[in-house]
Amino acid sequence: MALVKENPFELFDATTQAFIYNNQTVATQRMLDFDYVSGRSTPSVAAIINPTGSDGFAKVFFGRREVLIPIYRSLERAAEQHPGVDVMINFASFRSAAASTMEALDLPQIRTVAVIAEGVPERRSKLMAAKARALGKTIIGPATVGGIKAGCFKIGNTGGTIENIVESKLHRPGSVGFVSKSGGLSNEAYNTIAMNTDGLYEGIAIGGDAFAGSTLVDHLLRYERIPEIKMLVCLGELGGAGEYEVVEALEQGRISKPLVMWVTGTCAKAFKTEVQFGHAGAKLSGDRESADAKNAALRAAGAIVPDSYDDYGDKIRETYERLVADGTIVPAPEPEERSIPLDFAKAVKEGMIRKPASFISTISDDRGEELMYGDLPITQVFERELGVGGVLSVLWFKRLLPAYATKFIEMALMVTADHGPAVSGAHNTIVATRAGKDLVSSVVSGMLTIGPRFGGAVDGAAQMFSDAYDRGLTPQQFVDEMKRKGVNIQGIGHRVKSVHNPDLRVSIIKAYALEHFRSSALLAYALEVEKITTAKRNNLILNVDGAIGIAFADMLRSEMPREEADRYVALGALNGLFVLGRTIGLIGHHLDQKRLKQGLYRHPWDDIAYLLD
Amino acid sequence: MAQKAIREADGMHILATRLYDYGDAMCELEDRFLSVSSGAELAALRGEHPWLAQVPLVVKPDQLIKRRGKNGLILTGATVDQAIAWIDDKTRGAVTIHGRFDDDGRPLDEGTTGHLRHFLVEPHMTHDPADECYLAIVSNRDGDEILYHHRGGVDVGDVDAEAARMQVPIGETPTRAQIARALLVDTPQGKRACTAGFIEALFKLYVDMNFAYLEINPLVVAGGKVTPLDLAAKLDSTADFESAAKWGDLEFPTPFGREPSPEEAYVEELDAKTGASLKLTVLNPEGRVWTMVAGGGASVIFADTITDLGFMDEMANYGEYSGDPSEEFTYLYAKTVLDLMTRTQHPDGKVLLIGGGIANFTDVAKTFKGIIRALREYRERLQAYGVRVYVRRGGPNYREGLRMMRQLGEELGVPIEVYGPETHMTKIVSIALKAG
Repeated sequence: MALVKENPFELFDATTQAFIYNNQTVATQRMLDFDYVSGRSTPSVAAIINPTGSDGFAKVFFGRREVLIPIYRSLERAAEQHPGVDVMINFASFRSAAASTMEALDLPQIRTVAVIAEGVPERRSKLMAAKARALGKTIIGPATVGGIKAGCFKIGNTGGTIENIVESKLHRPGSVGFVSKSGGLSNEAYNTIAMNTDGLYEGIAIGGDAFAGSTLVDHLLRYERIPEIKMLVCLGELGGAGEYEVVEALEQGRISKPLVMWVTGTCAKAFKTEVQFGHAGAKLSGDRESADAKNAALRAAGAIVPDSYDDYGDKIRETYERLVADGTIVPAPEPEERSIPLDFAKAVKEGMIRKPASFISTISDDRGEELMYGDLPITQVFERELGVGGVLSVLWFKRLLPAYATKFIEMALMVTADHGPAVSGAHNTIVATRAGKDLVSSVVSGMLTIGPRFGGAVDGAAQMFSDAYDRGLTPQQFVDEMKRKGVNIQGIGHRVKSVHNPDLRVSIIKAYALEHFRSSALLAYALEVEKITTAKRNNLILNVDGAIGIAFADMLRSEMPREEADRYVALGALNGLFVLGRTIGLIGHHLDQKRLKQGLYRHPWDDIAYLLD
Repeated sequence: MAQKAIREADGMHILATRLYDYGDAMCELEDRFLSVSSGAELAALRGEHPWLAQVPLVVKPDQLIKRRGKNGLILTGATVDQAIAWIDDKTRGAVTIHGRFDDDGRPLDEGTTGHLRHFLVEPHMTHDPADECYLAIVSNRDGDEILYHHRGGVDVGDVDAEAARMQVPIGETPTRAQIARALLVDTPQGKRACTAGFIEALFKLYVDMNFAYLEINPLVVAGGKVTPLDLAAKLDSTADFESAAKWGDLEFPTPFGREPSPEEAYVEELDAKTGASLKLTVLNPEGRVWTMVAGGGASVIFADTITDLGFMDEMANYGEYSGDPSEEFTYLYAKTVLDLMTRTQHPDGKVLLIGGGIANFTDVAKTFKGIIRALREYRERLQAYGVRVYVRRGGPNYREGLRMMRQLGEELGVPIEVYGPETHMTKIVSIALKAG
């Protein structure tokens, strides 16, 4: 096959490299897949221009191997780095396609620009076309999928899937030069050509706009000057005058290779009023632009025109067979095929392979129509008014707990939400906030104080009391044992509250649990313990952490098997309850300090005893 | 997309309000162009526009209709009451409009029938017919061409042959002197300067506001002033993002006589709701041959082939679905077609062509699911109306799609013949039509 440098009428060869304008990784991958099955030794994409991103790399496959394609913000820089690139495939939107195409045309190295966008204003298209003509460059488009040179170079998404490319024999060259307006029909045309000839040499879809950058005749005349192309196939459409340029070229003998051509839109006469078919240019103004008139003119000028599209393939075959018979075409043997490994995602989708998953999740699923919390669609959460307690019960305990339990969860969250600015969590959050830290950092700084000494009693009390109760210790035996070990009983004791000055929060929780829980054995046990401890000192009462922790353990034991309830406690669910509840307060303190514009906190010297020796 | 015609009232309004932004246009044009849809609407505008009662009026339908004069659809020199009565009269029922007339003014075609819904009301300007000229700007590949003829009006004749022409290359702007040299050689000396000034400004407006076509006939040149009396224009609607602010609030009307049937209107509605494309035109509701074709290009070719094989009169619809519509939209679209085709019996039964080329990346099996759902739902009616179905499609996952269709035929007891890319795209047309 001729190299571009050997024949100026060639736009592409098997070493052609392009810039992709706009970050089109999928199209890039498709081009590289084509490159690989075509036996190219280098990828056809040299770089991607991503004007709204930053410099970097796109990782794509070249056959089995992964390669990096550089991404540049600026076309100019890409051109400096890749002086050998002479094609740009412009995926910019209809708003910016014209400007970026003009920029590309200004680069001396760029010879061809394919403009994919549909809806580029006509005046801009005409300016692009005029500039390209003045510079002797080629524009393919706008409003096109592009084109393909079989076995050499593929523009963007032309040709469809890699299976279709191989089935339509686009991975190796044949003898047919094809050009159409429609990109959508080009796959069909390539298939027709593959079934009736030795295959495509090159195919271009010029795009459906009224003023395409290059025309049907531009490409036919190019094909005329490429010796490897032995016959021409063209598909026109009603509207516009492009087909008459082909008629003229035939009449003047500038096209001498056999041309099989059909103009679509013969059905327009069936419509009573003016119809705009799919393409911007496919609109009739005057009988001369009708498909019938164009087909007749082409036939008269010597093109091979079928009676209907139905015979298009037959005419192509007859023409091809005639050229084989007279020795113009000598069919080449099929080259050895290089196959593309199946894409993992596709193979999975089609159920051809399986692989153990790296992650498991059993509590929620966001893949379907609706977000699922366990087996509850999110809408149900609202319709059934399940509240935060219901959501927590599903996501933490994998079951929807009864209303009394979800309400208790919410009570626990409300009670633990805050305990004033002086406790270590809130204090740390405040100090971090005042040091100018963001919300997450400030809240985390407070949260990190939660542990055995701060907030840990909820969890600790539940574990200690459950353990004693389950071992069958009497309250007295439990108190004695703890005393012997010298360990404080978690959940017992308060700084100011006492038997005579009870903590109202504890009273509310106790009352709720005793009234609603199916079993509150642990709480009852704890209250017996409290009697013993308060007899010693009247502030050794069951405190709020203890009440929540122990009652929560009771609730879990009421709603699930003992082992499972104990496991959740052991996994830290109760600690989680405190963390979750207190986060509300920590965020509150952060927002409060920000709102008050509090400056950096510096602890006063006089509050620190400096004892250096 | 593309070049779209606008109403005369909108075009005139643009000229009246914008032309002087582009130079001394030597133009006398007050912004007195009212667009109304009924006599009552005009009556209601009397207070806001006192000139309606002060000057004689011109009234004409404003629905992209050609040869309004010959069709008897221009009222001139009317009072506002006469204008109201005339509009009421013209909107009472359907109107037939002809495109060709013989020398005695008798229509030469069967015409197009439809309803008049938009009228332009403007002051009537008396002028000497000798002052009428013709002016047009036409967009072409290399730039724009200005056509000017020093005689205009209803009987302008063959403008293509007689008008002076000036091709302006893309990106260039002609000077008054160039315009006068190229176009105004046959124009009396006294009228040249103002005409050249007008054309210069008009051309700049045309370019800057992304017009694609502009025809003014007649253009009256008298007393050093230029006045357009009748205008037809197209804008490049793809330039919306550049020019919409200058265009102002305008719509692109559909041509006269094309009023969508309820089913067509429904499909238009579906089309507007999805990013994909769904189109339906009913050509002959009694026709035997119905199509449901994927892709804009392929759908035209299927309609072509039906026409070329001599079944144009039996072609019931033109339609296409493309751009990967969801299963639901495909289902609703298919249902509309199936419903339409199972309303009247045909002695030879009916044919449904589910056609398409080789898709680029659309999952064929997926899009077939919506169609299959509709076919299942219409099983009994398909049987009752003797419908035979022919399928041809290629592209991603087409084997699965075709298998589903084959299986459906057996399941429904409706004949469904299924072909893939190994069969020429339109072969199912001849297979279907020659079978019955």
